Amino acid sequence: MRQLLHALMLALRFLGREWRAGELGVLLLALTTAVAALTGVGLLVERIGEAMEQQASQVLAADISLRSTRDLSTDYFTESRRRGLSAARVETLLSVVFQGDESQLADVEAVTPGYPLRGTVLVADQPFAAGTPASGIPGHGEAWPSSKLLATLGGQLGSVLSIGAGRFRVTRVLISRPDQGANLADLAPALILNAADLPATQLIQPGSRVTYSGLFAGQTAAVRGFKDWLLLHKRSDERLRDVSDATPQLSNAVDRAGRFLMLAGLVSVLLCSIAVAMAARQHVRRHLDAVALLKTLGASRAFTLQVSLLQLLLVALLAATLGSLVGFLAQEWLLRAVRGLMNLTSLPPAGPQPVVAGFVAALAVLAGFALPPLLQLAQVPPLRVLRRDLGPPPPLAWLAAGPALIVVVALVYWAVRDPRLAAQFIVGLGLYLGVLGLAGRALVALCGRLRGGVGLAWRYGIANLSRRRTDSMVQIAAFGTGLMVLLLLGVVRADLEHDWRASLPPDAPNYFFVNIPPDQREQFAQALTGQGARLNRMLPMLRGRLVAIDGRAVESLHFHSAQGDGFASREQNVTWADRLGADNQLVAGRWWSQADRGKPLVSLSTEFQQSLGVKLGDRMSFDIGGESFTATVASIRKVKWDSFQPNFFVVFAPGVLDGAAGTWLTSAYFHPRSAHAMAELAHRFPSVSIFNVDDLLSQVRAVIDKALLAVRSVFIFTLFAGLTVLLAAVQASREERRFESAMLRTLGAGRRTVWAGVLTEFLALGGLSGLLASVAAVAAGAFIAGHVLQLPWSFDPWVLALGIGGGALLVAASGWLATRGVVNQPPMLTLRR
Amino acid sequence: MPNAHQRAVPEAVLKVENLTRQVSSPEGPLTIVHDVSLEIGSGESVAIVGASGAGKSTLLALLAGLDTPTSGRVWLAGQDLTALTEDGRARLRARRVGFVFQSFHLIPALTALENVLLPLELAGSPGARAAASTALDRVGLAARIGHYPRQLSGGEQQRVALARAFVTEPAVLFADEPTGNLDSATGARIVDLMFEMNAHSATTLVLVTHESALAARCDRILHMDGGRLVAGA
Repeated sequence: MRQLLHALMLALRFLGREWRAGELGVLLLALTTAVAALTGVGLLVERIGEAMEQQASQVLAADISLRSTRDLSTDYFTESRRRGLSAARVETLLSVVFQGDESQLADVEAVTPGYPLRGTVLVADQPFAAGTPASGIPGHGEAWPSSKLLATLGGQLGSVLSIGAGRFRVTRVLISRPDQGANLADLAPALILNAADLPATQLIQPGSRVTYSGLFAGQTAAVRGFKDWLLLHKRSDERLRDVSDATPQLSNAVDRAGRFLMLAGLVSVLLCSIAVAMAARQHVRRHLDAVALLKTLGASRAFTLQVSLLQLLLVALLAATLGSLVGFLAQEWLLRAVRGLMNLTSLPPAGPQPVVAGFVAALAVLAGFALPPLLQLAQVPPLRVLRRDLGPPPPLAWLAAGPALIVVVALVYWAVRDPRLAAQFIVGLGLYLGVLGLAGRALVALCGRLRGGVGLAWRYGIANLSRRRTDSMVQIAAFGTGLMVLLLLGVVRADLEHDWRASLPPDAPNYFFVNIPPDQREQFAQALTGQGARLNRMLPMLRGRLVAIDGRAVESLHFHSAQGDGFASREQNVTWADRLGADNQLVAGRWWSQADRGKPLVSLSTEFQQSLGVKLGDRMSFDIGGESFTATVASIRKVKWDSFQPNFFVVFAPGVLDGAAGTWLTSAYFHPRSAHAMAELAHRFPSVSIFNVDDLLSQVRAVIDKALLAVRSVFIFTLFAGLTVLLAAVQASREERRFESAMLRTLGAGRRTVWAGVLTEFLALGGLSGLLASVAAVAAGAFIAGHVLQLPWSFDPWVLALGIGGGALLVAASGWLATRGVVNQPPMLTLRR
Repeated sequence: MPNAHQRAVPEAVLKVENLTRQVSSPEGPLTIVHDVSLEIGSGESVAIVGASGAGKSTLLALLAGLDTPTSGRVWLAGQDLTALTEDGRARLRARRVGFVFQSFHLIPALTALENVLLPLELAGSPGARAAASTALDRVGLAARIGHYPRQLSGGEQQRVALARAFVTEPAVLFADEPTGNLDSATGARIVDLMFEMNAHSATTLVLVTHESALAARCDRILHMDGGRLVAGA
């Protein structure tokens, strides 16, 4: 204990001296930046991720919803209250609504106070007008019919609607509600009333088809806990939904953003490791003499190791504290700065988890990358006090690389949480470092050969590169990796941003029209075009139920996923089409030709095919409108669900479903000339359901904007972390440069010559790193775009130019900044040291 | 076994038998110290002299247990150094050995007092602070105990090194070119101080030097040439 205390005192004194001499600065800066990046990115990802989840939960009007055709147990609501969650109930049923002589089948939603728990209900004073947020829910005796319903009924504000045995006065027109986009085809025009009024309608009778929903929302942890509880306690026929299975559009956006941020998180971890490895190497170099002297004076190896470890631990704690603080402040500032731009009212508060993770990761990185050199430091022979050239024996390969490898694997897995992707990343990294090392060695050797033919300054610079061959290789690896990840982030970010923007162009369809009768199809299209609408493809839509696969009834089959069970038990919307949409990509089989018309062929989406476990050539039997159709699986399609075009899981070949009754579906982008024109359209085609998805579109856009913000912010953190690594690397050769510069100047070299030499070295180092980094970034970008983000990829020659030019300039500038004091110092001061 | 040798040479604080040190070089094995045998008695002062590369510093390192021989044995204060581990040799140095180096080797992070305290603390000696202050007082640096090495002149730094070397009252003081980095006047003062302290504490003094004047003040001079002891053993 006494020895430990003594070691601690000595460690503190060493640190104090390093601090005063400015030698601790770079190590502390590198570590602090690394931890700040890690914590900042972690906090940012967590908070923006939660904000995105909240945004996505608006589509559910809650964080989680539970639906059933039987009334929900009050236990669920009691439990949710106990856990501090807010809750609301929605009872939905189809009923005919009357206004005078006019009638229309409507989707009646009886809601309790608090609805919606997420998102807002928009209302107006006349149909199809711009909506404003509603405060609360309809009062007693009031109803809020949708624009379509009120227009079809020919009613207005103040009209009295009869629903079952109840009579309700129209006090608002329902423009949109957050949960309306969940299942387009199931929706008839909607009407909201107060749940307390439902008994008065006497609509709920034994045998009535009512859907009971429980909505729950609250703090993320509480919601997760409640979800787990519900999964254990709910009945099997009650369907639980949360953000992850909300609309596919939002799931895709959240998923992609998550993957990208995860990738950026990895980059920060990597940079952190490089900075720490370099700083630790420097630390060891500086302490060789002190450790040798301590041993000469009688210190044991264990004691010197204790002193070194304690120093590192103290630096780690200081850096982790500072880094967490800086990370927290940076993300807080960033989020505040952009809040106004993003129309965000509130972000979820920061949790302690990323800070804890920052500390743990910092210590893990130190253990992996700083411990091996420190163990080496303890091996310094005491003889070094007499022979300065003696250092520690060369490290054992497993000791030098083992802990680092373990930590990299653990950190990569922690960041990715996907063994396959983690393995790919690590193998890729290993290959990259191997190639980088070999290429670096080759380039350095080449430079060494070229130096005879250039002037003094160039020769001095290039000679430095090849003389410090190992150091140069390490620096090329560090600069190269830093540059590579920065370039890669740039490449991937540009791809991602472009793809996101392209997936939701400003003229993405904002109206869906469902239930168009076949005989009114042409007239409806003309009426819409007459309003200036740009019409998309019009597809037939039929209701069908899967009854058998390869002749075996689906009831007798077992599926491995809830989605598979759902596909097998529920009615589906199916269609037929002669052409493959641009947002559909064939992944297996072939699309039908003209010759296949009328042949019993079907094409399935990957989701449908995978969850049912069917393959090309299987025979699928459907019951469509009471008629049985059996078709062979001819192709599998990957569908881009976020294109806002009508798409189906099941598509038949043309001519197969001719005998079945169905309606048509289309989407269009347009802004009706007036609310009145839309009301007229609704009145003229009463059976057509009209859905305005402007609100849903803006929700998706808001999610994408948040994702892009997160990406950019992470990019800033990573950029700064990368620059700090560069600085740390340049700083590593400071002492040596100080001496060389003094010697050169003593021998008569002008300051300009020395500068030219230093700049040559850094330009060459940066250019070589940039060349290797940009080639690696192009290759990795192609892989990530194709395999991780599923984006189309194209080669951009600018990446090469930017890599080489940017690398040379960045490294030269960092080198100049870091060696400025060294070269400018009077030679006498240095030689006297 | 060491005890048997201790009985055999009760007066010798250092005993060396057939000491050889080889290192590998691109041209093959290189013998730096070649079959050296000698004895140094307690309280004796011995100078090791010879041209650069004669193997003086290597012999000093082997005698002090900073390096291990390729063959042969060294007994220091009755302990067979070749039978001890690195930590064992370090423990022995902490108790019985002091050092003075050409480049002083003070720890820049520590004040003069802290530098002198270091060997006492490593050996776990009681009353360390008072002993360190006294040692600095004896080298005339009582007023500068709170100064860092960079705030001291070369001579002052070497005086701190002397205080550090003598503070544990070692059996043997090893000095490697103690005046090599000092001007002649300062060097002479340091040498006076070293011999004065040597006499005062009856320490055995083994020093490596190029300076014949310094060597002449020692009881015995060992000449080395090409790794061999050519005279004085």
